[in-house]
Amino acid sequence: MDWLNILNLTGGELIGAYTAAYVLCALGLAMHFGFTGLLNFGQAAFAALGAYGYAIATLTFGWNMWGSVAFGLICSAAFAVVLGIPTLRLRADYLAIVTIAAAQALRFAFATSAYDKVTGGANGLSQFGEDFYSYNPIPEGRYPLGALDFSEKEIWIRIVGWSLVAIAAVVMLVLTRSPWGRVLKGIREDEDAARALGKNVFAYKIQSLVIGGSIASLGGMLFVMSSQTNQPQTWGTNFTFMIWTVLLLGGAATILGPIVGGMTFFALLMFTQGILEGLVNMGWLPFLDIAQVGQIRFLLVGLVLMLLVIFRPQGIFGNKKELQFNG
Amino acid sequence: MSQLNIRAGRKAGVFLGLVAMLFAILFAGVPAHAADDPSTYANSIAGTILNDDKEVKDVKITATLDNFSASAVTNEYGEWEIKVPKQGIYTVTLDVSTLPAGVSMTDKGGEVSQADLTQTNFAAVLFSLGKSTVQVQSFSDQLLVRVWSGLNFGLLLAIAAIGISLIFGTTGLNNFAHGEMVTVGALFMWVFYQGLGLNIFVAALGAIVVAAGFGLAQDAGLWKPLRKRRMGLNQMMIVSIGFSIVARYVLLLVFGGDTKDIGGGGNIVQLGPIYTSDIALVSLVICVIVLAGVALFLTRTRIGKATRAVSDNPSLAAATGIDVERIIRIVWIVASALTGLAGVLYGLQFQANWLTGFDILLLLFAAVTLGGLGTALGATVGALIIGMVVEVSSMFIPNELKYAAALVVLIVILIVRPQGVLGKKQRIG
Amino acid sequence: MANQISVGEPAPGCKKVDPILVAKNVTRQFGGLTAVNVEHLEIPRGQITALIGPNGAGKTTMFNLLTGFDKPNTGEWVFNGHNLAGVPSYKVARLGMIRTFQLTKALSLLTVLDNMRLGDQKNPGESFLASFVRPLWKSHEKKITAKADELLKRFKLDAKREDYAAALSGGQRKLLEMARALMSDPKLVMLDEPMAGVNPALTQSLLEHIKGLKDSGTTVLFVEHDMHMVRHISDWVIVMAEGKVVAEGPPAEVMKNPAVIDAYLGAHANSDLGDVNIDDAKEGI
Repeated sequence: MDWLNILNLTGGELIGAYTAAYVLCALGLAMHFGFTGLLNFGQAAFAALGAYGYAIATLTFGWNMWGSVAFGLICSAAFAVVLGIPTLRLRADYLAIVTIAAAQALRFAFATSAYDKVTGGANGLSQFGEDFYSYNPIPEGRYPLGALDFSEKEIWIRIVGWSLVAIAAVVMLVLTRSPWGRVLKGIREDEDAARALGKNVFAYKIQSLVIGGSIASLGGMLFVMSSQTNQPQTWGTNFTFMIWTVLLLGGAATILGPIVGGMTFFALLMFTQGILEGLVNMGWLPFLDIAQVGQIRFLLVGLVLMLLVIFRPQGIFGNKKELQFNG
Repeated sequence: MSQLNIRAGRKAGVFLGLVAMLFAILFAGVPAHAADDPSTYANSIAGTILNDDKEVKDVKITATLDNFSASAVTNEYGEWEIKVPKQGIYTVTLDVSTLPAGVSMTDKGGEVSQADLTQTNFAAVLFSLGKSTVQVQSFSDQLLVRVWSGLNFGLLLAIAAIGISLIFGTTGLNNFAHGEMVTVGALFMWVFYQGLGLNIFVAALGAIVVAAGFGLAQDAGLWKPLRKRRMGLNQMMIVSIGFSIVARYVLLLVFGGDTKDIGGGGNIVQLGPIYTSDIALVSLVICVIVLAGVALFLTRTRIGKATRAVSDNPSLAAATGIDVERIIRIVWIVASALTGLAGVLYGLQFQANWLTGFDILLLLFAAVTLGGLGTALGATVGALIIGMVVEVSSMFIPNELKYAAALVVLIVILIVRPQGVLGKKQRIG
Repeated sequence: MANQISVGEPAPGCKKVDPILVAKNVTRQFGGLTAVNVEHLEIPRGQITALIGPNGAGKTTMFNLLTGFDKPNTGEWVFNGHNLAGVPSYKVARLGMIRTFQLTKALSLLTVLDNMRLGDQKNPGESFLASFVRPLWKSHEKKITAKADELLKRFKLDAKREDYAAALSGGQRKLLEMARALMSDPKLVMLDEPMAGVNPALTQSLLEHIKGLKDSGTTVLFVEHDMHMVRHISDWVIVMAEGKVVAEGPPAEVMKNPAVIDAYLGAHANSDLGDVNIDDAKEGI
């Protein structure tokens, strides 16, 4: 088995652009679930709106990067408001079902051929990152990092991705330690009590949904930017559940949790995948073929999610006292 | 007889020709060298001209692209083929004057068509002659057909939705792994019916037993221990999401990712303007009987009444001497058997793969939520609404959006009645 | 008997000399059941008013309606000059009408101090944009922390200041909820069963706190089953049964009212209600 290669790939996941994208989505979800108590199972929709918003603004409207980012953020914020107005008054479990339903409905709408002039239908959109990569100050070439080897584009997207994570983390830190964040936590604990103290619970929930959704939509943009392709099937429920696993692994009501949770999770996934592939190649797992190893990856996501919630709901960094699953 | 053989032989010939052509494409792939000999051109456009299922011979077809033009005349089997030198989009025209007397194009302008050879070396072009065979249905007939499908689909959903509803009612769990029980029912039906070749009813029974066993094992191995730990309901819901992913990918690893044809389509049955299959009819009758059976079970039998008591208030039910855990176990068995049956019926009518249950899970949740969480009658009403919305909406919006329409209806109804159609409001404080 | 609270003789729905809250024709139905049907009700300003009645009389529903947590089928009510019908609960609270809940709603995973700070309603840092700019709310935060500490001391919770509210005992949570309600200097405090589940050792201090509220000019309306408490601290008692106000007046008079005795359980009709804890009475049946 090629241990060096496996370890290299595992290490690569720690700083991967996809990892950073998931971490951003998980930070947004921490705002929703960890700090406000909203059971949002439609996080994929916010990321998808960021990605589609950016790609459509670039390809259809011909806007530059800043305009496209703004459009992506506006789309996800608008979705947060449209989704939030009817659903944020609902019970937590209804909210879960409605958000997952809304995300799926949105994905169907992106995939349908009816609007494929704008959305690209089932094929999605591609080649929208020219302006983004034009800001890249790194000269063309290959840059070795340990045993890994990156192109200037790969380095650029990683720098941008992890800078976004850092900015989002600082913003969330400031927010959650402010009196505003205290109100969110109050709502998380008991929204009727918060109302009885004169807090406009609905407005705070909408704000939380918009902020968390915006952070996730940045994650969505980042996600599609490395390959410059945005396909509707990316934004299925598996995407959302992956984010939940990352969040719960790190700790829902923390800022560091989603970041380290994301890095740990994707490194672990890559590591197990590498070992499984190695074992398959050595013929030790005759009942599996290489294609199926990729499927086991998702199986592990489900298993980790289950075991975490059962045995360590506060995650790696969560305070045992501050784990919060209401009801 | 001999004619039939000839036709079959001819079809086989065409097929072999196509296969040969595919091989030619795969292995040669390169355009021909001798440009002036049309028979060596690598690209071809072909088709068969039929009028009312009879071959039409001596019809002239012309293909043009830029300055290039080539023609062919149909042979006694109505077939034609034009070899062309380079790739591109050709305009293919049928010379109407060469058609036999009394035969004309189905649609005006139908004699001009296109052949897209940009991606491949072969394109088939069809021309439609004679009276239209596609009957244009009136709006009311179309609506009738859709309503029928909606009823059929809605009843199917209802059976699985009652399963969710019973489990939610007695344990409070929103089980995201419920879709996988539908999948288990459908895929084991495939194993027993197509794989082992059992009688259809025996196979169905077997699949239902497997689904019920899956449900029982799930409760005993996972949910009961979690209930004992007094785990919060939202926490359990997330566990069920994890479990659903695990179950789904296990099914993928075991059964593979391909879609299985389980019922083989059945025989066509006509009811007025509605064309349906005998399988769909039997499925509908089974659904109605089972729904009636569930209603009787819940209202007339001791266990059914106890189930409703547990749904209403578990601690009160326990205090009156009902063994709540036993009821929950029975509910899991009944609910999974029902859901497995839904999977069997779904698989027989619409084929199935490892994602079948997950695809309809949200529709099931929508049905249960619409009806007001936790009531069996509500789930049935909700499922019928969802089934109708899914089918009828496809008359007005793109087909791929019909599930989305159902989910949007769910959201809209929840705005108006957050407690569901038949649910009751809860008191605060 | 003359009193300074009502205009004329006390009777169900009688006018008050100085009402802080006036409700008219408030009804609420659940399905076919009428939970609340109050024709006219006035709560006297600056007094401690008890709302009593058997289980299912509609007391908590009335609380929910008045504070905007539930919507009535009909009716309107005016609080301190503001028409409150249709006003959402958080705005009701902002107008100075703060309630507590029968099942205590301490915010378990916030510290006791954060619970208290949340009770304040004027914190500029609670607005989204201002929360980014610390100087905008730092001084206010200091002010309310001082106020919270003072209240915590008064309620003997100062030692628990940094603990999660989840770590408090049931009685301490009741105290915390009450103290938190006072952070915004409310005009009317509505307490839903403040004594339920409270350790008897704490009841006396709770009673003192409620009396102290009156001394500081706050109006108190509370729902209670403990007749001892009702008799000892209330200035005025309103009795509800089957959704209606069946009697009201000073406590001593109301306890003797045959309508009130009727409303409660027949088995105790002969005993003086003041000596019977209704919770015990219920368990006896």
